[in-house]
Amino acid sequence: MSNSNLTRRGVLKSGAVAGAGVALPTIFTASSAAAYTNEPMGGSVTLGFNVPQTGPYADEGADELRAYQLAVEHLNGEGDGGMMNTFSSKALKGNGILGKKVEFVTGDTQTKSDAARASAKSMIEKDGAVMITGGSSSGVAIAVQGLCQEAGVIFMAGLTHSNDTTGKDKKANGFRHFFNAYMSGAALAPVLAARYGTDRKAYHLTADYTWGWTQEESIVASTEALGWETVNTVKTPLAATDFSSYITPVLQTDADVLVLNHYGGNMVNSLTNAVQFGLREKQVNGRDFEIVVPLFSRLMARGAGENIKGILGSTNWHWSLTDEGTQAFVKSFGTKYGFPPSQAAHTTYCQTLLYADACERAGTFNPCGVGEALEGFEFDGLGNGKTTYRAEDHQCFKDVLVVRGKENPTSEFDLLEVVEVTPAAQVTYDPDHPMFTGGALGECNAG
Amino acid sequence: MDAIILQILNGLDKGSAYALIALGLTLIFGTLGVVNFAHGALFMIGAFCAVTMQRILTLSYETIDATKTDFLGNALKVKTPYVESWFGPEMGASIIDWAVPLAILFSIPIMLLVGYVMERGLIKHFYKRPHADQILVTFGLAIVLQELIKHYYGANPIPTGAPDAFKGSFDFGTLLGFDPNTVIYPYWRMVYFAFAAVIIGAVFAFLQFTTFGMVVRAGMADRETVGLLGINIDKRFTIMFGLAAAVAGLAGVMYAPINSPNYHMGMDFLVLSFVVVVVGGMGSLPGAVLAGFMLGILESFASMNWIKDIVPGIDQIIIYLVAIIILLTRPRGLMGRKGVMED
Repeated sequence: MSNSNLTRRGVLKSGAVAGAGVALPTIFTASSAAAYTNEPMGGSVTLGFNVPQTGPYADEGADELRAYQLAVEHLNGEGDGGMMNTFSSKALKGNGILGKKVEFVTGDTQTKSDAARASAKSMIEKDGAVMITGGSSSGVAIAVQGLCQEAGVIFMAGLTHSNDTTGKDKKANGFRHFFNAYMSGAALAPVLAARYGTDRKAYHLTADYTWGWTQEESIVASTEALGWETVNTVKTPLAATDFSSYITPVLQTDADVLVLNHYGGNMVNSLTNAVQFGLREKQVNGRDFEIVVPLFSRLMARGAGENIKGILGSTNWHWSLTDEGTQAFVKSFGTKYGFPPSQAAHTTYCQTLLYADACERAGTFNPCGVGEALEGFEFDGLGNGKTTYRAEDHQCFKDVLVVRGKENPTSEFDLLEVVEVTPAAQVTYDPDHPMFTGGALGECNAG
Repeated sequence: MDAIILQILNGLDKGSAYALIALGLTLIFGTLGVVNFAHGALFMIGAFCAVTMQRILTLSYETIDATKTDFLGNALKVKTPYVESWFGPEMGASIIDWAVPLAILFSIPIMLLVGYVMERGLIKHFYKRPHADQILVTFGLAIVLQELIKHYYGANPIPTGAPDAFKGSFDFGTLLGFDPNTVIYPYWRMVYFAFAAVIIGAVFAFLQFTTFGMVVRAGMADRETVGLLGINIDKRFTIMFGLAAAVAGLAGVMYAPINSPNYHMGMDFLVLSFVVVVVGGMGSLPGAVLAGFMLGILESFASMNWIKDIVPGIDQIIIYLVAIIILLTRPRGLMGRKGVMED
């Protein structure tokens, strides 16, 4: 007979402790061995590209992924180097980042906040991604930015246009290259006033979520400042597909401009419906009725077909620009994939180079060091002219394009024409502007 | 008053789509007893028949125009549709312009085939399984179908315009004594409503006035007795599945110019259409049509600004609110029959 000190309670306790240890995410355990979350130890560094691979923005996500793959090639010294050749900073050498070969993993945001957080979490905890980037929605960007802040990795936002991303929801670990709703309003309003007059009456249809709200607020403020009157602002469900019952009430008002604060499928359908109801042929008080789409995307413009012709809006970047950076990127992307890149592809490519460059200049992958290198960083040669990553809110300030649906496109990609390049100074605002208050960057988290 | 007329027109238009989809759903449920969650996908495939027809008609050959360059600075490749080279530019452009109406002819055999393959290949194996199993398998099938469409056509909406003859709007205002341009309605939406009325009328006439339809109605009422009379009711029900698929497909073809088709459009209509079927009464064809138009009109009225000012968000819940009220007061729906889905 043998004596044993094992008891049922003791086994259960030990099991629970061991189980908790196994279940504890590597995100927490890794920090004990490394100086910061997912510090690259070997000869490679892993970046996490979190883009919509399924769902309504899957085509935009696919274009982002193409740009990321191109950026990785260029960082590793393959291909023609693209915008690395025109980038004003010369820290990148084409030998990876800090001598480590760049590898990547991808996640599918599905354009759903919970799915995007889950895929980002998986890339950080299981794949060891040291930086997360991508996305095609402000709701997703804000959710993933919060996760990266908690996890102690850098988040380089993709396509996100809500003021809140670098406003009330800004985070020390998050950085946005893309422009925002305030900038759209500031760039667009003077052009609208010059072309349509300063005594217009606007009717807004707005997608009922964070991006729509901030865009409506921005466009209302900027147009009213120039003399326009806002007749009504109507929120439309994000899931709406037929906008006829929201558009017909416009006919009963004396509004002479319809502003569609919609993006993606919402924009395609609301614009198509507005044109079907003859709003573009309508005259109010002897003047032509006008439709405005403040945020344009070439990929989405394709869905609206001929309805987009002559409609004014704004965009972050367009492949037809003639600066050296744009030409290098378009050549590189077009040669590899056979068509010009979208603004989503451009901003994600830039974000990858900017992150890599910041690591090189900081001499570390530590998110606090990288963040410090990005804060206040001034650069040129990436297609938007002179640009500054403002330290106070981690927002890039650069020229904004006012564009119009092209009347006689020469190809399926030639849908927008640039009507004005609004200088960065005109779209710059104070960090404590009322539309951006309510949050704080907080402290950088290295994990 | 002019606003009310406009919302009635909007409601009739929305109701047309709901009624057509709900009609097909009810046909399948009434004949085969299957709750078909893939029915929205059939509507979507119909819309993509229109897209496909447009692509077939615009199949092009390339010539090099050395005087122009593409985005990479290479000589521009100019695409010319074959139909324009075969029939001349004007006639060719007219044929392309009529892609959607031509797609009606194209879609009927396609949808009948899709319906036949779906029923014989998958759904017949689930006739005697619980409704929960049917819902799971057909919902899974719907996801497979929409992912296939997304793979081949992409995730973005694809513009598919109505013929030029039907672009623009009709001014009801001047006809009814209102100010011009206050009550206008797009021609194509009126065509859609008329088309839906014809299809619904044709389905009812087919069931009411043909021997085939009489046997199907008898089978819907008492399948076993019809079988005992030596009639192969299963074969007829399979044909009805194909017919229901064709109705959904035609609804999709004609809807393509209203909103640019995308792979998800079937799902957007599916839940609403099921609510329509339940409100109308499970298995009742007139109930499905009545509920479709009624809910379409109510949804349109709920979008009016003054109503939303009184009850914020009512436009998003009105259909479900009405469904709750109707099911509380009439548990079998508006025109539901006793014994259907009650075992």
